[in-house]
Amino acid sequence: MTTFLILTGVLLLLAILFMLFRTQVLINVLKGSYNQRVDKSNKVHGYLFVAFMFFIFLGMFGYHQVAKKYYLPESASIHGVETDNLFWISMGIILVAFIFTNVLLFIFPLKYHYREDRKAYFYPDNHTLERVWTIIPAIVLVVLLFSGLKIWTSITQEAPVNSNIVEVLGKQFAWQVRYPGSDGKLGQQSFKRIDAINEFGIKVEDKNSHDDFIPRELHFQKGTPVLLKIRARDVLHSVFLPHFRVKMDAVPGMPTSFWFTPTISTAEMREKTGNAEFNYELACTEVCGRGHFAMRFIVVVDEPEEYVKWLASQKSWKSQNEDYFAESMKKYSPSAKSEITNQNKELSSL
Amino acid sequence: MATVDLQIHSHEVHAHDHHEHHEQSFIRKYIFSEDHKIIAKQFLISGMFWAILGGGMSMLFRLQLGFPDANLDWLKPLLGEWIENGKMNPEFYLALVTMHGTIMVFFVLTAGLSGTFSNFLIPLQIGARDMASGFLNMLSYWFFFASSVIMFVSIFIETGPASGGWVIYPPLSALPQAMSGSGLGMTLWLCSMSLFIVSSLLGSINYITTVINLRTKGMSFLRLPLTIWAFLITAIIGVLSFPVLFSAALLLIFDRSFGTSFYLSEIYIAGEALHNVGGSPVLFQHLFWFLGHPEVYIVLLPALGITSEIIATNSRKPIFGYKAMIGSILGIAFLSFIVWAHHMFVTGMNPFLGSIFMLLTLVIAVPSAVKAFNYIATLWRGNIVFTPAMLFSIGLVSYFISGGLTGLILGNAALDIQLHDTYFVVAHFHLVMGTASFFGMVAGIYHWFPKMFGRMMDARLGYIHFWFTFIGAYLVFFPMHYIGIAGFPRRYYSHTGFDAFSTFTDLNQFISVAAFLTFAVQFLFLFNFIYSIFKGRKASSNPWYSNTLEWTTPVNPGHGNWPGEVPTVYRWPYDYSKVGADDDFIPQNVPLSATLSSNLEHEKDLQKVEQIDISSPNAQ
Repeated sequence: MTTFLILTGVLLLLAILFMLFRTQVLINVLKGSYNQRVDKSNKVHGYLFVAFMFFIFLGMFGYHQVAKKYYLPESASIHGVETDNLFWISMGIILVAFIFTNVLLFIFPLKYHYREDRKAYFYPDNHTLERVWTIIPAIVLVVLLFSGLKIWTSITQEAPVNSNIVEVLGKQFAWQVRYPGSDGKLGQQSFKRIDAINEFGIKVEDKNSHDDFIPRELHFQKGTPVLLKIRARDVLHSVFLPHFRVKMDAVPGMPTSFWFTPTISTAEMREKTGNAEFNYELACTEVCGRGHFAMRFIVVVDEPEEYVKWLASQKSWKSQNEDYFAESMKKYSPSAKSEITNQNKELSSL
Repeated sequence: MATVDLQIHSHEVHAHDHHEHHEQSFIRKYIFSEDHKIIAKQFLISGMFWAILGGGMSMLFRLQLGFPDANLDWLKPLLGEWIENGKMNPEFYLALVTMHGTIMVFFVLTAGLSGTFSNFLIPLQIGARDMASGFLNMLSYWFFFASSVIMFVSIFIETGPASGGWVIYPPLSALPQAMSGSGLGMTLWLCSMSLFIVSSLLGSINYITTVINLRTKGMSFLRLPLTIWAFLITAIIGVLSFPVLFSAALLLIFDRSFGTSFYLSEIYIAGEALHNVGGSPVLFQHLFWFLGHPEVYIVLLPALGITSEIIATNSRKPIFGYKAMIGSILGIAFLSFIVWAHHMFVTGMNPFLGSIFMLLTLVIAVPSAVKAFNYIATLWRGNIVFTPAMLFSIGLVSYFISGGLTGLILGNAALDIQLHDTYFVVAHFHLVMGTASFFGMVAGIYHWFPKMFGRMMDARLGYIHFWFTFIGAYLVFFPMHYIGIAGFPRRYYSHTGFDAFSTFTDLNQFISVAAFLTFAVQFLFLFNFIYSIFKGRKASSNPWYSNTLEWTTPVNPGHGNWPGEVPTVYRWPYDYSKVGADDDFIPQNVPLSATLSSNLEHEKDLQKVEQIDISSPNAQ
């Protein structure tokens, strides 16, 4: 019944609007205003454009003040500070262009709206003017380009040798991280070895894998570069560490990497933001399916001494899955393999 | 004019003079028509249908984004099982986002925009009786129609339509195990897009051929209206780039159905390791964006062409820097092919490649800036008539600038690291390519409606439509910059799972409400459109006092466009407010000898040549 009433109401409203529209049309026909080249509203649009100009400029700056508190806190990495600076400088430059062009665009309609007694100024071109507004943007672009290139090159150069190495693996719909343990080397892996326990497909016969550990949180050491070795095992994912201004896709079959230096520990950031609950987070930014929006992983930045303590407290993956490990060793260890090949040789010789 | 005559009267010997009118059956005249004007209207109506559908989908996901806690049970009659316990299914959310993108980019702003206006305006503005091949033109529409049907059907299947984003990156799009939309939905998407590409190619080849070959006497390339330049270059971009998307899609079909490994390698999914090795998902991205980036200009250039024409006409001034405008179209078109990898800075592509693409990307800002300045210079000291078309054109310039400027930031690889795939990108391309092109399309409809249907659209409704849409679209897309600066990733069903992204809930609500209102106002336009077709005020043959050739045809141009001779062209299309002229416009078909008082120095020589031409017997 209510649906019916609402529908009737809407229909009535539409009918009234339609009648109003018809009356307007008829009045205009009677007045003969259709015969004029422009109607009375022509000047109004000019004023509206200028009003809109103030509205958008004030809205833009005003809301920026409101929104500031929601922006990410200052960058917690070295390169992030540089990109943030460049971002706001670029914003300043485009803001000048934005205001300059929009002011002209919105004031001209008011100033030059149609008048019966005036004729427009026949002005097909002016090469000097055109040259000026080709060259000025070009110069600004060159400046932006080179400052961007400089930062981009330094971000993408080889990771420093003293970097801590962490492997980040994306899967539907969670992140997994693996640390190389005390030898500093990650064990080899193969996607064919992946199963419910061995999420990384670690090759057990590789000795480097024996001290690898797989924690439930990502820990970085403050002040030391960290090299993320990024992989995906099913579809594309993308490692996004918003507080560190870090992003790199995780691609199945093609390992990628990103290195950076964390500069603010979690404790310090909690103090700076005044939020005792603050946590760095890792998110996914390449659409990967149903749970794309929920691939949250906690990131902790430790002071160097805490980091060492944390490393020492971690148990290797091997030690946590002794049985599985022993079984896999039987299958894949070099001695087991040579036994099999020997058997094959015997078989073929028969 | 290859008109197939179905009604041959046996007692009558046909002279087969193609300028003569044949009575055609309803089907030949309105359905399988070879007349460019009818085909244009077919594209237009199809495009509007898709626009409502694609826009409606965005309303659904804005509902989810603005009001994540709301109970959506009331949508059950429409969405059925996709609403689970009052919540939208997250995969359906992704399906909506994907279909919104696909529909808007391809079906509305490519087919609906180029299909309508290239078809309608090319013959009328260059002085041709029809397209070079009416038959190919008809095929082009019907391939598009078939493609539309398949895409439409895919929305209703049980596993849902394609859902991996409009960019359909594999492996997500290649593996049905990865999400339900990658099953039948993706197959239909690929079939539909393959047909779409065929349609687009047939159309583009026709546009190019027509512009090159069928220009009327006197219509040199430098006398073409900028609309035609834009359509021509758009068609060339399409011919060069769509086949690459076709090959990308074909390889994806192979990977999906025949077990090849072009894009797949070392995948463990749903409890098993797949056999595929050696493929590269990044290869797909290169191929996709080799079309995908030019596609942005396929969408935008026709809108800019339409705007050039409308701004010049309604400022009563020549477009400022006609040759610079052509140059910038050519520059943009050329550069559009060598900037694609700026969509891929953080895909693990070689960083040096990133540097090169960053350089090329920023270069494209120069011709774009020239265009923006030239539009503004055209308004300067004009005598501006604010028709609805003119309002939308000014709106386009504003959106083009606002959205284009942030391109300088996103094109910068170092800054793109943080901003890639955030709402900053969403804001950028919705302003510069989405809204700007949409405004171009709407402006075109208002401007050429009198030529299409012989009646005028109601201007007052047009004004209301413009102001609500202009302000509304800014309120929808501008705030997304703030959300993007705060790092919010796009294509998220809900942001509240993260501490970093659980802010801005009120702003997201605000955007959603603005989007609902802006969408609702479009129905005013729809009403105006349909009402005016039947009941609009009768149009005069040149209601905007415009120079171009389409306004020299009768109010309702018939088959062949001009009842008599096709007019000869004597001047460029922008002789507005010439000093010494009686009126503030001189149509292209007025000889220089008829405007002695207003001729410029270089035109006086041309005028002598022209007089010899006219006096020779063959000319008339």
